[in-house]
Amino acid sequence: MRWLKQLTSSEQVALLFVVLFGFLMLLTVGLFLNSLRERPNEDERLKSQLAWERVRRDLRAAWIGGCMFWVAWISGPLGATLLFALFSFLALREFITLVHTERSDHRTLIVAFFVLLPVQYMICGTRFFDLFTVFLPVYGFLVLPIVSALAGDPRRFLERNAKIQWGVMVCVYGLSHAPALLLLDIPGNIGRGAFLLFFLVMVVAASQIAQEIATRTLRRRPVARQISRSFSMRAWWIGTCTGALAGLLLYWITPFKAGQALAMAFLTAAAAGFGGLVMKALKKDAGVLYWGNRSSITGAVGLLDRIAVLCFAAPVLFHSARWYYR
Amino acid sequence: MTLAAFTGQLLAFIARLITGAQGHWKGCPPMAEQRIYIANHQSHFDLVLIWAAFPHELRAQTRAIAARDYWTKSAFRRWLTTEVFNAIYVSRTRANPDEDPLEPLVEALANGDSLVIFPEGTRSNKGNPMPFKSGIFHLAEQFPHVQLIPTWIDNVQRVMPKGEVVPVPILCTVTFGEPLQLRPGENKADFLCRAREAVMEQRPDPYWVGREEGGD
Repeated sequence: MRWLKQLTSSEQVALLFVVLFGFLMLLTVGLFLNSLRERPNEDERLKSQLAWERVRRDLRAAWIGGCMFWVAWISGPLGATLLFALFSFLALREFITLVHTERSDHRTLIVAFFVLLPVQYMICGTRFFDLFTVFLPVYGFLVLPIVSALAGDPRRFLERNAKIQWGVMVCVYGLSHAPALLLLDIPGNIGRGAFLLFFLVMVVAASQIAQEIATRTLRRRPVARQISRSFSMRAWWIGTCTGALAGLLLYWITPFKAGQALAMAFLTAAAAGFGGLVMKALKKDAGVLYWGNRSSITGAVGLLDRIAVLCFAAPVLFHSARWYYR
Repeated sequence: MTLAAFTGQLLAFIARLITGAQGHWKGCPPMAEQRIYIANHQSHFDLVLIWAAFPHELRAQTRAIAARDYWTKSAFRRWLTTEVFNAIYVSRTRANPDEDPLEPLVEALANGDSLVIFPEGTRSNKGNPMPFKSGIFHLAEQFPHVQLIPTWIDNVQRVMPKGEVVPVPILCTVTFGEPLQLRPGENKADFLCRAREAVMEQRPDPYWVGREEGGD
């Protein structure tokens, strides 16, 4: 442990990536070798093949996530901001495709995509965090309905605006807090923002996996059957507590003390768990099972499906960390 | 790489970034056979979109039709249609009664090129395409061995409605259906009607229908 403390922060970050990719590599090799094992029984072979398919998909997602994280780090503030801005753009594109917009929303959408989104990420990249937290909720909130009103179509005005504002808040505001964590300089943590983002991703991943396993094994009564047949409060508690525990175990990579790390991880995991439910409700409303292009024939990815929970969790962690260290 | 080739790549990239430009080859594989793609026309963006949905190898030999009066108005438009898209000009109005407006198309088909035709003749922004013009019937008659592929471009009216200049990012799909052929003895009206229906059949189901149940 003392040896770890003696390293400079960039060496610590490098070590983090070595450990992360080493772990992924070991996992991949192990699972691959396991899939090669001889299985005499036909039935068993099919089952293992199916399991391998599923695992392979998760593995690929983990690799892509890991590589993105690394690219975000080595490319510095500019690269990280651009990368996440691109993800925001693609996520918002998916969102807007599936909620019904009208012809008269055209100008409003242009403002959302080509003004609000770039400006939000520009503010993020230049670290004006005071403006960053209020730009969309205050100024964006005002600008969108103004543009919409100027288009002169009163039909379902509130509904149309609410949809676009909601999409902007989730896909742009929420996600922009991920690179903000990377760039956040809080005392005792200068140049070590990667650890905060890593903390966020690990807490969210741990809570989501635990919640998933809990829903599969517990089979509790769903709280909101119409929205999700699997979401139960107990599974949510298990997921959130696991996330909090993961945060506690990782406290040494953050500037927080153990208790603080636990509390923040709890909040973050709780937001992620409920965020998943909210996104499911939205999907039910739009009548789709997955985000993304509605035909899966060409293998279009549902990006929003994968990052939605992050969009909910990132602002919570960002705010609690920043508020505490003010 | 020439400037025109670069512009082509850039436009295809932009089209993909903005719309996804997904090609769904439901009724036929993307092959380098001689074909006539007949598609609905809702926006100026259609041409770029269908072009971006093609695999790179098919783009060079698949030529779009452009209205001469509109696309030769400025030097830039002319350059874009001839150099980048390698389009074929068609006059919408006849200068003299002897002129056959289909002649450039016949020439291109005789050369072995594939074509993209919007048989409505102009952009429609109502839900269903307008009645088809008779050009495709004459081409089908003269070139019976060329496959006619009904094609539906979906969602593009939301990307760039008529009258707007800046496109909004929304996912679009281009669906290619089963090849059509002129039946022996089929008359013009029947064939045009059948072709229009075949194009409309490629429209993807509205995604909010039939998926209410199941999964979670």
